[in-house]
Amino acid sequence: MKIGVVISEGPYTHEAADTAYNFVKAALTAGHEVPRVFFYHDGVNVSTRLSVPPQDERHIQNNWTDLAREHGIDLVVCIAAAQRRGILDRNEAERQGKDTDNIAEGFRISGLGQLIEMGIQTDRLVMFGD
Amino acid sequence: MSDVKKFLYVNRKAPYGTIYALESLEVVLIGAAFDQDVSLAFLDDGVFQLTRDQNTDGIGVKNFSPTFRALGDYDVTRLYVEKESLDERGLTADDLQEIMYEDEDDDWAEKPAIRIVSRAEMTDIMAEQDVILSF
Repeated sequence: MKIGVVISEGPYTHEAADTAYNFVKAALTAGHEVPRVFFYHDGVNVSTRLSVPPQDERHIQNNWTDLAREHGIDLVVCIAAAQRRGILDRNEAERQGKDTDNIAEGFRISGLGQLIEMGIQTDRLVMFGD
Repeated sequence: MSDVKKFLYVNRKAPYGTIYALESLEVVLIGAAFDQDVSLAFLDDGVFQLTRDQNTDGIGVKNFSPTFRALGDYDVTRLYVEKESLDERGLTADDLQEIMYEDEDDDWAEKPAIRIVSRAEMTDIMAEQDVILSF
């Protein structure tokens, strides 16, 4: 089965990104496909490469980057939600005159159309949030 | 895009105080370009999103409630509002803004987009969907 995943709450504040991570790993182990994970609302904050949690804590962003690399998952961050919250890739940083980008490896910024497309193209859409 | 799916956007939060309602509406507007079968549900505090005469001057955020009246232009013509959620908050249908759409299957007659449904009916509506996005 093809499963699309949405994460709509921020890392560390909320368990959504952790639960989704465990869900995706379990789904892949069970033989399902997870072609894309979409980050919306405060979920976009998972994608910052500048996050530095204490060493004895899980690193939520690194976990996603590693999982995406290993399984070829498309991690898509909503551009409108990202711009509000200060998540930028290099193109956007330059376009907006900012001195740096902060998006982590494995994530890409794109539009909400990617969320709708995921809903159309997958067999199930599972949303993690409040 | 050959296959049309039934999308339901479930709105459960008050319009202000958190960003969920506004960012939900943004998905609905973008999603309209995909020619899917779209409807919206309003329950819990989400019913406040449709109240009339909203005024956000005092809180410094945009009043986006007029946008709901444009949904008909996006072929979004079904806004299901849960009656029990209205009742629990002391609201009636008269407290909601009038949202009309033109029915292309009925000589473009103007019809109300808001449909008050019971909690049990809402359950059936949800069960019919292919994709539910909850905000």
